[in-house]
Amino acid sequence: MTIENTTTLDTSGLNCPLPILKTKKAINILAAGDMLQVIATDPGSVKDISSFCQQTGHELVETSESGGKFNFLIRKH
Amino acid sequence: MNATAQDTSQSNTQYPADMDAWFDQKFDERMAQREADHVPSMTIIATKGTMDMAYPPFILASTGAALGWDVSIFFTFYGLSLLKKDLDLKISPLGNPAMPMKMPEGPKWLQEKELNIPNSVMSLVPGFETMATTMMKKTLKKKGVASITELRDLSVEADVKMIACQMTVDLFGWDQSDFIDEVSDWVGAASFLPTAQKADISLFV
Repeated sequence: MTIENTTTLDTSGLNCPLPILKTKKAINILAAGDMLQVIATDPGSVKDISSFCQQTGHELVETSESGGKFNFLIRKH
Repeated sequence: MNATAQDTSQSNTQYPADMDAWFDQKFDERMAQREADHVPSMTIIATKGTMDMAYPPFILASTGAALGWDVSIFFTFYGLSLLKKDLDLKISPLGNPAMPMKMPEGPKWLQEKELNIPNSVMSLVPGFETMATTMMKKTLKKKGVASITELRDLSVEADVKMIACQMTVDLFGWDQSDFIDEVSDWVGAASFLPTAQKADISLFV
């Protein structure tokens, strides 16, 4: 699946609350409908990113894990 | 009471049954709309100035702001030093009994070992708190936890309101110019409480 207008944010190695704060900053500069891919190593980010999306109205399109890294795909609201 | 008034009160209680259903539906709609429009708000009172106690207010505030909430922190007593231009926060294992003491570096077995150092020893060794602070800073960095300066900058950037207690400045003989320019207000309890009263969440740290 190819998605246009996808920005990638790598938060590997960062711990709570930095992945959320960086995600928020990255989303701020996107246009509605744009996609943001977030990579994280913090296991807490799985629930935190989901909660963040629920609170802010952005759509969490996909969550996956491979090789100790978490991958989130968010569509800006 | 005249007859007209009586008639009115009767007609008020005898409106058609579908009026109830209409009102319930309208009420639910309005309430849902109100909830959707409501911007959650949080106020935090920061009263401690050690490095460990600086984390909760700044982590919660910056995260709240990231969630789109309206956040303010009231810094009072030792907490006010968290707003100083030059942050030199220390941590004290003395009288902080649940604080784990672990080596940030060295062989794995040593890093995993919890160092049990009696209070009497800690209090006698000169520079013990400086050493503990250095160790904690190393651990925080290694684990990817933000520094207090970084979290404070992120909070300011995310429009967290930094409110300072004027009485504390006078009490400790400080000057307003010792503190960051982003302090939005220098006030007292009577100015802060009305903000806290309207907030959805109010925390004391």
